[in-house]
Amino acid sequence: MADWAGGFLLLAGAALGLVAGIGLVRFPDVLDRMHTATKPQVLGVLLLLAGLALRLRTPSDLGMLVLVAIFQLSTAPVAAQMIGRAAYRSGRVDRTLLDVDELAGR
Amino acid sequence: MTDDLPPGRGATGEPEGVPRAAPAPDAPAPTVGRGGRRRDQALALGWLVAAWLLLWGDVSVGNLIAGLVVGVAVLLFFPLPPVTFGGRFRPRELLVFLVTFIAELVSASLHVAAVALRFGYRPRGAIIAVPLRVRTDLNLALTAEVISLVPGTLILDVDRARGVLYVHVLDVRGPEDVSGSRERVLAVERRIVRAIGSPAEVHRLDLEPVERRNHQ
Repeated sequence: MADWAGGFLLLAGAALGLVAGIGLVRFPDVLDRMHTATKPQVLGVLLLLAGLALRLRTPSDLGMLVLVAIFQLSTAPVAAQMIGRAAYRSGRVDRTLLDVDELAGR
Repeated sequence: MTDDLPPGRGATGEPEGVPRAAPAPDAPAPTVGRGGRRRDQALALGWLVAAWLLLWGDVSVGNLIAGLVVGVAVLLFFPLPPVTFGGRFRPRELLVFLVTFIAELVSASLHVAAVALRFGYRPRGAIIAVPLRVRTDLNLALTAEVISLVPGTLILDVDRARGVLYVHVLDVRGPEDVSGSRERVLAVERRIVRAIGSPAEVHRLDLEPVERRNHQ
């Protein structure tokens, strides 16, 4: 039973990773791409970790998985922010795709 | 339950529980005395040792000592600006925050997936400035992290001195999406402050911000 649930979680996580990859290719702009690099990507990794936890079931492995989850949650937004900020400051953001820009001129 | 005074933070900590009558326009980060700094460092060391033990997956005396040595070295050689915790944990609000966060992470992923898979669709975006009500470094950092994982919003830049987050919004179809995202960021801040903020900070959530010159 736990193996089936674990397998399902692994597949769901992989599917989200695939969608994140598709979004990364298809989105028109750096900032939109950073959305795919954070949300579906992070949830995909978390689902993979949960699936692995259901398959492995040993305490030392679980500790490692928790650690990976924490680092994933805390580093992905920071990385996306650094890339987005660098892109904005170096003028690589397509302003025509923005309805509102309250960072302009700051 | 939130109106009592927080525990003092060491002999030199400022008494912080008194609700300020009016939020100062540039409320400084609470000053941390030497005792508070020591406590923050001890806390950081504890987390580093815990991470070290989890990495090795084995609690032994040797790992504990090695973790302490590495932790002290990290704190000595890579000093960071002090981020202190002046609030208190409220388990119930923390649970509310966690459950909401997971639900929002799932809906954010599905939203981005739907936008990514829609054929021939070019999403429009927006960059909005959201002034936070509680300007401690801890709250700025946590809110910035979390809003990148909830639907529609992504942190782009931070004005630390003025406590303003610049947020990119994905898939804007009208003005209501922009104002909705603003509300969403402030709701995230509210949940975080309610979970771990000091009573004075929780109180500040209900006051209208003095300066709202960034937007109307």
